[in-house]
Amino acid sequence: MSEDLPYEVRRAQEINHLFGPKDSEDSYDIIFDLHNTTSNMGCTLILEDSRNDFLIQMFHYIKTSLAPLPCYIYLIEHPSLKYATTRSIAKYPVGIEVGPQPQGVLRADILDQMRKMIKYALDFIHNFNEGKEFPPCAIEVYKIMEKVDYPRNENGEIAAIIHPNLQDQDWKPLRPEDPVFLTLDGETIPLGGDCTVYPTFVNEAAYYEKKEAFAKTTILTLKAKSIRSSLH
Amino acid sequence: MTYHVVEDPIKKVAIFGGTHGNELTGVFLVKHWLENGAEIQRTGLEVKPFITNPRAVKKCTRYIDCDLNRVFDPGNLGKRMSEDLPYEVRRAQEINHLFGPKDSEDSYDIIFDLHNTTSNMGCTLILEDSRNDFLIQMFHYIKTSLAPLPCYIYLIEHPSLKYATTRSIAKYPVGIEVGPQPQGVLRADILDQMRKMIKYALDFIHNFNEGKEFPPCAIEVYKIMEKVDYPRNENGEIAAIIHPNLQTGNHCALRILCF
Repeated sequence: MSEDLPYEVRRAQEINHLFGPKDSEDSYDIIFDLHNTTSNMGCTLILEDSRNDFLIQMFHYIKTSLAPLPCYIYLIEHPSLKYATTRSIAKYPVGIEVGPQPQGVLRADILDQMRKMIKYALDFIHNFNEGKEFPPCAIEVYKIMEKVDYPRNENGEIAAIIHPNLQDQDWKPLRPEDPVFLTLDGETIPLGGDCTVYPTFVNEAAYYEKKEAFAKTTILTLKAKSIRSSLH
Repeated sequence: MTYHVVEDPIKKVAIFGGTHGNELTGVFLVKHWLENGAEIQRTGLEVKPFITNPRAVKKCTRYIDCDLNRVFDPGNLGKRMSEDLPYEVRRAQEINHLFGPKDSEDSYDIIFDLHNTTSNMGCTLILEDSRNDFLIQMFHYIKTSLAPLPCYIYLIEHPSLKYATTRSIAKYPVGIEVGPQPQGVLRADILDQMRKMIKYALDFIHNFNEGKEFPPCAIEVYKIMEKVDYPRNENGEIAAIIHPNLQTGNHCALRILCF
């Protein structure tokens, strides 16, 4: 610890002390980390571990409870793209991301959605603690494959923007021939490659500096065994 | 009886982007026009694109020390230059020197200041003076050209609510506001709308300079009455949020009792 450390690094150590330590027996069981995005991602749950039966069951419960309001599950398990989140100090880390909402703005509809997600999550935990058994289930998740940056010029500045056809189309299939970027001269740049992907975090304000115009995902099904609290 | 107003041709026009560093459409367009200004040129007219708050643009933030779009009043413009002055006040004095001085013969004829808003305002033109025939004609022309895409005109003429904008150093100040767009985000649809507004504005000026007569016209404007704050608690924090009906426009014109 030192005054020279960036504020957020000092803060991370304080938080790790209060709610962790990470990877120890004393850490919190579950941490929900609440986020907004400028992308049109709707209600999204973020999963870090594809083999976590408890969280797969929880996410299944939340998604079913929210229906017909869509709820997407983003799996960020990846050897190099996974990042060390605030919530990762808990045994069961849960990311909750709701958009679209501009930074610095509070929308009533977004607030209502996030509130519901938390309500159902806590109901699930309560039911689990009360001894309820959750039978085996399966959920569809979007697994991160790759991040795509904006085309940039020699000065590193953005040279093309998200194409109108891709704007607001998070989670919808994107094929190699579909347009993804548009230059100011009217030139269209297609996705390319040879497979259909499902884009997410399309045009997220905070990711311009992280060089991410959107992330490519692939759909997979995750299964969970039945679970029941050991106290019953 | 209709008055026939004869005005001098327009010579010096500027287009400002980045007055708020995280309102990206203007930043992006101005940077593009600085590289390739063909689109904004018209014969006989000098059109200068310019980034007004480069430090805020670099940080992608609204401002560094204070809102640049509020400090073009005589008090701030007249302060003695000093390192202790807020960055934006020093910058305002530089801009006043380059494009003004405000209220003098040498100032630019027209300044377009490009802004974005998170509000669902669509294409909005901001007027500071209700008796400016030239600008009313220009706005009428832009609105007609954009139709059926709606274009709203916001009149900010008010004894206490009017603020000293960056563009106010010009003889004819024009605010261009397009939304909704989150701060720090560039949307292609918003960019296309702002680009069209500028195109029609410059076409109008060009037609005017070429001697075209614009017959009497009328425009509907929204004149500012009052600003309403959020309900707040004892600590000054927001205690209630915009109702969904107002957020999505699901209401008839808000009814206000006026006495």
